[in-house]
Order: sequence, then structure tokens, then C-alpha cells
Amino acid sequence: MRSSTDQKRKIKNLKSSPTNFYDKIWVIAMENEDVRKKREEWDRKCLKPFLEKSGERQEKFENLSWIEIDRIYDPSDIEHINFIDDIGYPGDYPFTRGVYPTMYRGRFWTMRQFSGFGAAEDTNQRWKLLLKEGQTGLSTAFDFPTLMGLDSDDPLSDGEVGKVGVAIDTLKDFEILFDGIPLDRVSTSFTINPPAGIILAMYTAIGDAQGVPRDQLRGTIQNDMLKEFHAQNTLVLPPEPSVKIITDIFEWGVENVPKFNLISISGYHIREAGSTAVQELAFTIADGMAYVEAAIERGIDIDKLSPQLSFFFNSHNDFFEEIAKFRAARRMWAKIMRDEYGAKNPRSWWLKFHTQTAGCSLTAQQPLNNVVRTTIQAMAAVLGGTQSLHTNSFDEAWALPSEEAVRVALRTQQIIAYESGIPSTIDPLGGSYYVEWLTDKVERLAWDYIERIRKMGEGSMLRGVLAGIENGFFVKEITNAAARFQREVEENKRIIVGVNKFTIEEKLKIPILKVDPEVQRKQIERLRRIKAERDNVAVKEALDWLRSAAENNENVMPPILEAVKAYASVGEIMGVLKEVYGTYKKPIII
Amino acid sequence: MEKKIRVLVAKVGLDGHDRGAKVVARFLRDAGFEVIYTGLHRTPQEVAMAAVEEDVDVIGISLHSGAHMTLVPKVLNYIREYGGNPDELVVLVGGIVPEDEFDELKTKGVDGIFIPGTPISEIVDFINQKVKEKRNKA
Repeated sequence: MRSSTDQKRKIKNLKSSPTNFYDKIWVIAMENEDVRKKREEWDRKCLKPFLEKSGERQEKFENLSWIEIDRIYDPSDIEHINFIDDIGYPGDYPFTRGVYPTMYRGRFWTMRQFSGFGAAEDTNQRWKLLLKEGQTGLSTAFDFPTLMGLDSDDPLSDGEVGKVGVAIDTLKDFEILFDGIPLDRVSTSFTINPPAGIILAMYTAIGDAQGVPRDQLRGTIQNDMLKEFHAQNTLVLPPEPSVKIITDIFEWGVENVPKFNLISISGYHIREAGSTAVQELAFTIADGMAYVEAAIERGIDIDKLSPQLSFFFNSHNDFFEEIAKFRAARRMWAKIMRDEYGAKNPRSWWLKFHTQTAGCSLTAQQPLNNVVRTTIQAMAAVLGGTQSLHTNSFDEAWALPSEEAVRVALRTQQIIAYESGIPSTIDPLGGSYYVEWLTDKVERLAWDYIERIRKMGEGSMLRGVLAGIENGFFVKEITNAAARFQREVEENKRIIVGVNKFTIEEKLKIPILKVDPEVQRKQIERLRRIKAERDNVAVKEALDWLRSAAENNENVMPPILEAVKAYASVGEIMGVLKEVYGTYKKPIII
Repeated sequence: MEKKIRVLVAKVGLDGHDRGAKVVARFLRDAGFEVIYTGLHRTPQEVAMAAVEEDVDVIGISLHSGAHMTLVPKVLNYIREYGGNPDELVVLVGGIVPEDEFDELKTKGVDGIFIPGTPISEIVDFINQKVKEKRNKA
């Protein structure tokens, strides 16, 4: 048996002046061997007697994805992880630690609160307030009729106009929405999917009217239909034409609005529908691959398109798992873009993302507790290297947020930015045995899903995702996870503070935002007036052009822009697309 | 033997948030009820028609859209129009409903409102009790 002091001396000498590669490897192996020995000793002498005296709270510890979490992590858990290949430095492949070399030392993430309600005037006012309070980007919530591509006067819109977001029927509403907001100085995000092309066209039209060059327009359209089929259910057209139109937007967007994010590939809604963090990551990356494959099939240069792709993730309660998820996402996307799709420009390997804290984690009970949940989730997003962040307001399990609640939510971000010290160094948790182990674990589990999807598409991720929509794969996976979680809450295996433990009798005291019930009537009136005053011949010509473009498999964006500028309504434009492509009814899976 | 309780779980309007409706539907089924789920984006007419045709004891309407004050009364009116009697039904609403609107919904014929975080066992107990009351009255 070697004496351990001899060995330590040898390791020390070789470490300070290794003569060759094999020496280095030997040193690492011996150090790991030492760690293992120490671990065994600790298990035996320290841990075991302690456990015998006083056990642990639970037999098994699992995170929100039901990954079993060990008592402690040490160097032996990350032996298979190579610092240079798998972790490295920010701004450099594989970007595990962040996409920029200086991250928040350069500038903070964009604080971008999602907001919108009532008519365009109401939202314009709320935006001006948020900008005055120090918000640095705008983010638009639309009402359900707009999200579904329906006009305010559609019978299906009754009761929903201006309720969960701003009502947009025509360019006129957009003119009011952006009144006094110079488009060359803000970036604006739009949570919009089936009518995404219409909204991008409206934004372009406003920019044109303000005299802002199109290559200066900055912002994001969500434009991610695949996750709508998996989870969010804002469904109008069937899957294949939906992907076709998204690809049209890519093709038009790279030429016309080169600084605009043409898609926000979203895991957020998948998570809200009940998925695990691993499913959220896997399905989002799979969707991203599907879009890239559709773009390649169309002949779009992916090095040109990639800078205009962005992602959107949820940040939930399991702090370390969320951080691991964000780090794994960047690493996976870098590998995918470089190695699978052959993107040449390092910029194309970046995964930039927006984060929203988890709406589904908010409780109606003891609503102020939500401030704390949101803080933890926001910290995870920042530690995970997000590019922009929305923090939820504490009253959102009851209604749209009040002004006071929105202010606290924004202040939460500002306190993290200016007071916590977290942004002073990059990826402070990089190198943590636990975080590196978990990052690797989450990534592996996500790859397993991706390979299953690829198999469904016989090698193609695009076909695989479409097959998974068709055969209910995504919905079943997500629904089962949601039910499993709820079961554990019902059985008090999962504790939600204030809901199934530490409950109180309470009377609601928070102020609730009410949307003016007159909005619907006024909005319908405005739409009627515009339809009467506009040049209806120009509208008809633009809509005819759109119909023929759709029928002949041409790009629909140029006629959509023409129609928007002629004040055609969202419902009229979507109506043409529905006539040509048909509509989609989702199969019922409980 | 007592007739099995039949429950219609409904999504009405444009709102696509179906996590709550589906999880509740699954748990009610596991609790021994006969559950019919309408699927997404149903109009008030479609939901009312389903309630009448399926001859349900309970109708649970899930909304996260803020449109409950318009859509819930509409569903109940159409049930009446199609020959049903909403007063004989147990009418439940689940989702995002501000507390100060509970009373108004109740005066319009809603028996129970369940906000996020409600244990599903509470909904099960509520249904059992209310259905018994209404069957005894009938």
C-alpha cells in the first residue's frame, strides 16, 4: 500500500510542473481517488452515526421534475464534466455561462413587464407610467379576440374585449397604442401567435409613419405556434400552414426588419400547462429545431436568421433546477446550431432568452407571499443569465395586476439588480458541484426526449414535432405531469405555503383592477367608423392579393402589410387565411 | 342504487387555459363521477346544449379570461332556452374570479366558485352534498 503522504507529495510536485499529458491525467485520477476515499470515510465516520441518531425529514428528496436529489455533491459527481468543453467562459462556445463576455457587468437584463388592457388609450397610459418608473422595454398583452384573430364585433368576442389585454382591430388602434412612443428608442415585445404577421406588419407601418428606418425597428413577436398546439391553445389554423406562415415571416423578416426577433420559441406556456422543467426545456429546444429545419427547407441562410431567433422560458420555484435548466439550454442550442445545422457564425450559436416568473406558482391565498416566490424565481433567472425578465405581480391569481402590484414586481427586479450584488460576477454558481451535476442531468434527460421526437419524425425534428402534435404525445406528457403534481399537492406530499399548510381565514384586501365594461362598445364603434371611412377598394384589393398569395404558396407578408396599411382589420385578414387553410379543432385528451 | 353523478366540465369562450379544467375533470372521474369534458373554445350555446343533451347533474365552467360575468349567465340562459332548468343543476365556476364578484355570480345562479389552490377533494365534497340537496328537492 502506498503511503498517502508520499502520494500527496507526488501529486503536489507533478501539479506544479507536469511533464506530460499523462501526468496531468494521473494527478486528476489520484485526486479523485482521494476524494472518494475521503467520502467513504465521511459516510462511515461522520454521516452514518448521525443518521442513526437523527434521521432526515424525508426518505427521498425530489425536485419539481421528480429528479432525485442527493444529500451532497462533491468532485466525484462531476468527473465526467470537462471544464473547457462543457463549462468554459461566457461569450464563448458552448455558452453555458452566458452569451455575452461581460453579462450584467456590461448592462443589466432588460426589465420588461408584460402589460395591456382595455382599449389602446388605456395601455398607452400604463406603458408611459412603466417607462417613467424605469422599465426599459415594452411588452404587449393582447385581449383574447386579438390573440385569436377575431374582431371586437365578432359574436365570439362578446365579453372578452379588452379583458386580459389590449384590443386591436386595425392599424388605427396601433397608432393610438404607440402615440408618443418613438420606435427608434424602445424595443417592443408582442405576445401574439396566429396573427403574428399582422402585428409585425402593423409595427412596421407605425415605424414607416414615424420615419424610423425598418432596420432600426427592435422588438419581438412570439410567433411560436408549435407550443400553442402543445399547451397554450391559441389555435386558429392547422399545424402545417401555421409553420408555413411562420417561415414566411422569417423569410420576409431577415430582409426587412433585420433587428427584430421574428420568433420567441417558448417553453413558458408548456410549463404553465403543468410540464416539468425537463419537458419544458426539451420541447422548446425540439420546437426550435423544427423551425430551423423549416427555414433550411425554405432556403433561408441560417446564419442570417439565427440572430433573429429568441427563446422564452419560465422560472419556477425550484431554484437550482431553474438555473440548471437555463445553463443547459444555452449549451444544447450551441451544440445543435454548430454541430447539427452547421451554422458558421458564432453569433448563431447563442440562445438568448426572455424569462417570466411562474404564473402557475402564484397563490390566491395570502397573496403577498407571491412577492417572495417571485423574488426567488427572478433570482434564478438572473443567476441563469436571462436577457430580459418579467416578474409577476402578487395579485395575479385574482385578476390583472393593479398599479401598486406592478410597481412591486418591477422593484423586485431593480433590487436584485442594484442591491443584491448578484450581477457583479458572471455565472456565480458555475463550478458548484450540485449545479454542474444538475445542469448535466437536466441536459441528458432533455436529449432523451429530443431523440424520441426525432424518431417520431424518422430523423426530422420538424416531422417529429408535427407527429407529436398529431398523436397527442406532447399533450399527454404535459397533462400527466400536471396531474401527478396535483395528486402530490392533494396528498400533502408537496407543500404550498398558505394553500395546504400554514393556511389562515382571510378576507381579500388587495385592490383589484377592473376593466371598463364600456371598452367593448367603444371598440366596436371605432371599428365600424374605420370600416366606413377607409378606402374599401384598397382593402378588397389587398385581401384578394393575400388570398391568391396563400393559394399559390407565396409569401403572405407583403399582402398582409398592404392590407394593414389600408386599415383592413385583424379579423378580415385572418378570415382570408382561414378560408384558404381551414381551421383547427384540438382533439380532447384529459 | 343511486344514479351516478354526471358532471360536465366546460371551457367556454376564447380562453385556452385548460390545465385546471383537465386536472379537475380527471380527479372528478377518479372520485367516481361520470365526467364529460367539452374541450376548448366552446360557445355558450354549445356548452348549454351539451348540458341539456347529456342530462348532467353538475356543470363546472372554467374561465381564466375575465369574461365570466358575461359568459356564465349566457350559458345558464341558453340552458333554459333549450328546455333545461339551471336551478336543478349544480353550477360551479372555477378559475380566475375576483372575490368581490362572487356574490353577483351567486345571485345569477352559480352555486360554488373555486379559485386556484382549492383542494379538489373540497370540490368533490361540495358536489356530493349539493347534488343530494337538489335531488331531494326535486
